[in-house]
Amino acid sequence: MKITIVNYGAGNIKSIQFAFQRLGFEAVLTNSPEEIIKSDKVIFPGVGEASTAMIKLKQSGLDELIPTLKQPVLGICLGMQLMCNHTEEGNTPGLGIFDVNVKRFSNKVKVPQMGWNTISNLKSDLFKGIKEKEYMYLVHSYYAEQCDESIATSDYDLEYASALENDNFFGVQFHPEKSSKAGEQILKNFIEL
Amino acid sequence: MLTKRIVPCLDIKNGRTVKGVNFVDLRDAGDPVVLAKQYAELGADELVFLDIAATLENRRTMHDMVLKVAEQVNIPFTVGGGISSVEDVDDLLHCGADKVSINSSAVKRPELINELSDKFGSQCVVVAIDAKEVNGEWLVHLAGGTIPTELNLFEWAKEVEQRGAGEILFTSMNHDGTKAGFANEALAKLSSLVNIPIIASGGAGTMQHFVDTFKQGKADAALAASVFHFGEIPIIELKKELRKNNIEVRL
Repeated sequence: MKITIVNYGAGNIKSIQFAFQRLGFEAVLTNSPEEIIKSDKVIFPGVGEASTAMIKLKQSGLDELIPTLKQPVLGICLGMQLMCNHTEEGNTPGLGIFDVNVKRFSNKVKVPQMGWNTISNLKSDLFKGIKEKEYMYLVHSYYAEQCDESIATSDYDLEYASALENDNFFGVQFHPEKSSKAGEQILKNFIEL
Repeated sequence: MLTKRIVPCLDIKNGRTVKGVNFVDLRDAGDPVVLAKQYAELGADELVFLDIAATLENRRTMHDMVLKVAEQVNIPFTVGGGISSVEDVDDLLHCGADKVSINSSAVKRPELINELSDKFGSQCVVVAIDAKEVNGEWLVHLAGGTIPTELNLFEWAKEVEQRGAGEILFTSMNHDGTKAGFANEALAKLSSLVNIPIIASGGAGTMQHFVDTFKQGKADAALAASVFHFGEIPIIELKKELRKNNIEVRL
């Protein structure tokens, strides 16, 4: 099993690598297209500001590579948002893998949403063994709207898509690598896809 | 629904926890990594590590500790103490810290908050504010609460939000160590003034104090040290009590 974590300079990716290590798998950090293409599973992470992250992605040519990948790809947090059509953050066009837009939470709630929230309406093999209303750790100011590709929803300000799936592409808004045992189960499920 | 967070805080010196920790039969209660793992299993939502002897020599020890915590612990954690530059933060995030907390350095040079949130995103920038109520006015204090400033708590809180802080960790020096409850009035005022999460700190003594700080103080998270370290309040029991009081928690 060859797992790669796309390393394009956006965020704390060490935690993801450690999470796989705790599960007994080595995950390699790389921005090499050859390495990424050859791997069995690809993690597309991301923390920080969307337009800056997209610039970095383009600099390494990964914006063109990622949508063409055939193996299971898991976008996490900003990674998931960049896989959508467009995000309001920095008015940034996304990779268009998920047919949905990303918007900012209103000021009726505290922004960012920070902490543990539940995920519901689970419908994917990614959530095998995960119960409805399981708690996941989230930190984000922007959210993907509810849509057909939603495989989990959460409530904050409104009901939004906290996970997405389209063919071999998966995206989660929460941080499975920081979500205790349930988060580790999701990473394990992803490995077993 | 987003839950309220319970956050144990560990004081670190030379890579070891100080003040003593005495809540379970641990092999080594001075090892922050062992403790952090234990807390994660016991239901803590997040952890804070405060480097209380943040000298240059200690920096490397702290990095090693952060790396080990990130390796072994599956919940988020914040690292604070002696952080004063973009490079400091870059190092800590690379070691696997999820958030960093800055305090005196932000007061001395407020632009640091902008620089950090621009470079790393506001989600990882916690601004810690120690304040004391003096003659009816809440004044920000530095260096662990020892040095008073002219800065008003509420004005400063609004400024750090504007500059890009993702969260505020507010410690009331009047309440810290008293075990008589959190500074709920000031906390509630903070929550109404800024639109970022507030962590309440200082004064935890009983489970009711936590109920009060979430209900009256409108806090998003509550931080405590000794009541957790000495097993006076088991986290699971605390969370059950909070839930009984209709406060959403992760159980």
